[in-house]
Amino acid sequence: MSYAISLTSREEIEVHRFSWPVSIGIPLLAIFLQVFVSKWLTFIKNFDLPLLVTIFFAVARRRPIPGLITGALIGTVQDVFASPVIGLNGMAKTMIGYAASSLGVRIDVENPGSRFLMTFVFCLLHRILYMFIDLGLVGGSEPWLWGHTVLSAVANGLLAVALFAGLDRFKLRS
Amino acid sequence: MENFFSRYKNPLVLVVVLFLQVIALATQVKRPESGKAPGTGGTRLIRVWTATAITPFERALVSTGHFFRNTWHDYIDLHDVRKQNQELQEELARMKMEQVRLQDDADQVRRLRALLDFKERYVGQTVAAQVIGTSGNDLTRTVQIDKGSRNAHLKPDMAVITPDGIVGKVKEVYPFSSQVLLINDRESGAGVILQSSRLHGILRGSSQGFLQVNDVMSDEKVDVGEQVITSGGDKVYPKGLPVGTVTHVAPDSEGGPFLALRIKPAAHLDRLEEVLVVTEISEESSAAGDDATPHRAADILSQRLPSVQKPADANANATGAATSVVPSANRSAPSASPSPSPSATPVKKKVAPEGSVPNPAPANATPPKPKAKPTPSPSRDETTPPKADERPPGTEKPPR
Repeated sequence: MSYAISLTSREEIEVHRFSWPVSIGIPLLAIFLQVFVSKWLTFIKNFDLPLLVTIFFAVARRRPIPGLITGALIGTVQDVFASPVIGLNGMAKTMIGYAASSLGVRIDVENPGSRFLMTFVFCLLHRILYMFIDLGLVGGSEPWLWGHTVLSAVANGLLAVALFAGLDRFKLRS
Repeated sequence: MENFFSRYKNPLVLVVVLFLQVIALATQVKRPESGKAPGTGGTRLIRVWTATAITPFERALVSTGHFFRNTWHDYIDLHDVRKQNQELQEELARMKMEQVRLQDDADQVRRLRALLDFKERYVGQTVAAQVIGTSGNDLTRTVQIDKGSRNAHLKPDMAVITPDGIVGKVKEVYPFSSQVLLINDRESGAGVILQSSRLHGILRGSSQGFLQVNDVMSDEKVDVGEQVITSGGDKVYPKGLPVGTVTHVAPDSEGGPFLALRIKPAAHLDRLEEVLVVTEISEESSAAGDDATPHRAADILSQRLPSVQKPADANANATGAATSVVPSANRSAPSASPSPSPSATPVKKKVAPEGSVPNPAPANATPPKPKAKPTPSPSRDETTPPKADERPPGTEKPPR
């Protein structure tokens, strides 16, 4: 039973799964691009590809536990290469994965508009969580740049529309 | 209880995972008293394992990326390099052509400068001309120059020279060009002097294109390599200009009492580009030319002391003095050649001993320096040696 365009009943939801190579390869590729390729293509630093991959897998699987574990693993591996302490991205992406998979159960996230809006919100939320963890648990003092954060969230949202459309091809119906 | 866990399974897993991460994070946070840097706690193994597991993939991806990038740059994307290489080749060709052109210009400037120096030193008034053509056959040896009667007021029988030596004379004059008869043409002729032996003769061309002097008596000693200069007696060429070098001395093939001297021209007659047409022989040049033929001390002595006879030729080399008086060679000048003056007729006259006087006009175009006080000479062909060798009357060593 549908309540609105963006709301779907649990029976109408399509739950997808992915092959193991895709489940491992795409997150690793995203981390690789974010960590290594951004050395040469500096514009990649404006995006958060591991976060987009986390959101995509979480939303597509529509199951919170795989979603949060996916986020935890991707974030932790990203922390290994990109953060002075392990756990900042891990915790933030764990919560994003959980939230995205929980949201995916309730709303339709297949159309580009909802994907853009969802990604935009999750990017802002990820940034807030990251800053909160950094400030509260690690004692960091990274400045909060609202303008850059919003623009980055918009850019990630736009990229997510295209990226998710491409990653949809790897979906397997369960 | 079981119902609680199953109902709140997802939040509980989230909390557990977050709790584990908080614990992991807490172990990494630097404690003020511990002095450890963040990230050096119990998570080091996680970093090492993760990096060890991930790095090979990343390295493989990077290597693959490098492979494709190098393949693209080194093999596939070579059309730009090829085009650039072609452009560079064309640029190099242009630069080479430019270099050749500049080299030609520099050579021309060098030649013209030498020509100008020569003109300033030797002859009064000259007109520079460019050689624009040749006769085109081996029967006649003429060249065309770009100066004529209207643009340079040239006239026939004007001498044509280069810094290296004489070239010929103007034969035909047209309004804007002229024909120059080269000295190696068979119809050419010029009065010359063998510079060391001071023998006079007439230079002629030949049908084969070489220069020869055939009116030197066979009892004269002429060395190969001796320089030949103009005598000025033909009234065409200024006196003292280099003509060439004796390359071959042989008896006359006709059996006459003369030597056949082969002369190598000083001017590059087959590579003429710029020449000077002598339109007027200056007084200075004429004076220098007069001085170029040294006067003999014996002549001065015989002139001032009439009782003293001229020494014999045989004593020339031994005493340093010289003799003269040779019967005129009864040979006429070439028909079309400029009529040599009486002094330039084929007469064998030894004028000065070799090495007794400074070289008045060496083959390398050293200008003859005019004397301030010309020494009187009995004739045009018999001149006195320079002052350095000149002994005052009475102190002259008597001839043997």
